[in-house]
Amino acid sequence: MSRIENRFAALRAQGRTALIPFITAGDPRKEDTVPLMHTLVARGADILELGVPFSDPMADGPVIQRASERALVHHTSLHDVLEMVRAFRETDADTPVVLMGYLNPIEVMGYEDFAEAAAEAGVDGVLTVDIPPEEGAELLAALRARHIDPIYLLAPTSTPERIRSLTASASGFVYYVSLKGVTGAGNLDLEAVRAKLGEIRAVTELPVGVGFGIKDAATARAMGEIADAVVVGSAIVSLVERHASDPEAIREAVGCLVGEMRQAMDAG
Amino acid sequence: MKLTELPDARGHFGPYGGVFVAETLMAPIEELRLAYEKYMQDPDFLAELDADLQHYVGRPSPIYHAERLSRELGGAQVYLKREDLNHTGAHKVNNTIGQALLARRMGKTRIIAETGAGQHGVATATVAARLGLECVVYMGEVDAARQEANVYRMRLLGAEVRTVSSGSRTLKDALNEAMRDWVANVDDTFYIIGTVAGPHPYPAMVRDFQAVIGREAREQIQVMTGRLPDALIACVGGGSNAIGLFYPFLEDEQVAIYGVEAGGEGLETGRHAAPLCAGRPGVLHGNRTYLMEDADGQIIETHSISAGLDYPGVGPEHAWLKDCGRAQYVAVTDEEALDAFHRLTRTEGIIPALESSHAIAQAIKLAPQMDRDAILLVNLSGRGDKDMHTVAAREGLKL
Ligand SMILES: Cc1ncc(COP(=O)(O)O)c(C=O)c1O
Repeated sequence: MSRIENRFAALRAQGRTALIPFITAGDPRKEDTVPLMHTLVARGADILELGVPFSDPMADGPVIQRASERALVHHTSLHDVLEMVRAFRETDADTPVVLMGYLNPIEVMGYEDFAEAAAEAGVDGVLTVDIPPEEGAELLAALRARHIDPIYLLAPTSTPERIRSLTASASGFVYYVSLKGVTGAGNLDLEAVRAKLGEIRAVTELPVGVGFGIKDAATARAMGEIADAVVVGSAIVSLVERHASDPEAIREAVGCLVGEMRQAMDAG
Repeated sequence: MKLTELPDARGHFGPYGGVFVAETLMAPIEELRLAYEKYMQDPDFLAELDADLQHYVGRPSPIYHAERLSRELGGAQVYLKREDLNHTGAHKVNNTIGQALLARRMGKTRIIAETGAGQHGVATATVAARLGLECVVYMGEVDAARQEANVYRMRLLGAEVRTVSSGSRTLKDALNEAMRDWVANVDDTFYIIGTVAGPHPYPAMVRDFQAVIGREAREQIQVMTGRLPDALIACVGGGSNAIGLFYPFLEDEQVAIYGVEAGGEGLETGRHAAPLCAGRPGVLHGNRTYLMEDADGQIIETHSISAGLDYPGVGPEHAWLKDCGRAQYVAVTDEEALDAFHRLTRTEGIIPALESSHAIAQAIKLAPQMDRDAILLVNLSGRGDKDMHTVAAREGLKL
């Protein structure tokens, strides 16, 4: 069993929902990322999503775009991100880490070299936003060969056939993007999400995480009641932005939000 | 597969092209692909398109024998395909008319577009005004500042111009922002991409709308000279005017093909916009193609005197034409393009766009090496009115 499968199995046994915070690696500085990852875990994160900065984050809203820009000011590369995961693993052997990013940096490194290096660093899942399974057979094979879970996005506009083919390629969990829009957008329609989760669960046994639009303890709790995992991105990254000059304050503010979400979800 | 039969069913030109987008965009792209495939076979749609091209754009555009320039060069005869005479002043409108008519057939009421120089934005705002569609144009802050007149033109035409302050604040960032808008508004919105970039079906669809250039030119040059040209020349930004000219000649193996990229301050300086000449394959904006990128796979800023060529990618069909050797891609510097701009203006009384001046510059290089009865057919993709400020500024003048 992969670290991700293990984690979901343990949570399921306890009747709990996974909390998955997202941060952009290298935001605001390279040296801030590993300590922040440990803070997230200490405050109740079950799985970490680590964004790989890219110059053209087409599927992200302004908050995560700016995080990428901050990380790229000092050239945080895919190599650097893998190095951060390796450093994190020195003191945390259990918490799954999922990389989320765009294809081009992986293209440049080469699929085989990337998969090899990611496995060695201790990466558990890879979500590549802009490679649908139709184009992704080679990358998928490279990841599978190293027991890295390929994570896929599902959208409100995904047809039943696409849900079937995407979940067939996926392992670990699938990630339902709960809004038509980019990261950080608008308000959630819980009823619509509930209906779509029903459709997704009809075709797959995989845990379903929900992200986009979860901004505080209340929305985390509400989503936690219907999803297997709650993914929180822009709400966290905007705290990083607000306290960018003070790493201490970042950890404090982010830790606080994650702690509140954890509490609300466990009470729910 | 013959070159003219490409792309394959999933939008591939050899290893290039394809559909590399987030899941949220898969459904609207599929909807677009089905509509494009349906209407490109629909006689009623094609007749509507033809009528607009004739009566609104002013097609066919003539070809013109630049006799004085040819005599001066002392070699091949240079013929110009006069896309500069189109309504709105460039080839861009061939595509925006096609896509806007398609949008209307699909029941979309809102049009969005990205623009660099503003030419595509103006061409989009123009057709949106005519069809009564809401129109939003995304433009990088840097481009909006250097193309103020076009920003004003778009606003006059009723479009909302949204400036983009992310990334390098140029064309690629405007394209990112338009994609984000599309994801959030898929139900009523049609995204008119301005060149042969983006995920399939865009590169094929934009080519098909621009191929009217080459179809006309292939007939016209034979009527005028009794034969096919020896070589074609066109500038390549994203590559739409170039593929529009090249496509109907791809099977004519005796016709050489030159695509001219923006060499900026020189390829050796790294300050240019020539991904085919000096870039590497990668994935950006929905397709695999040659890109300007750094060692980490981050897209890098481009440099060209002409805003319309300032793009770090290039249409995937050009990437394949390069690899399989059917076309040659060369670069022309800012300096050479400016010389060509002045030379055409003074010898023929035609002021070319700075983008098109790159193609003219290549003709100026090639013609003297060829026989006097050789024929060079150059795509004059647009007129230079929009570039007065840029050229004047180079000479220390302020208009
Ligand atoms: C006159 C003219 N030519 C060429 C281009 C470059 O675009 P493409 O390579 O798609 O033809 C532009 C773009 O703005 C343009 O305005």
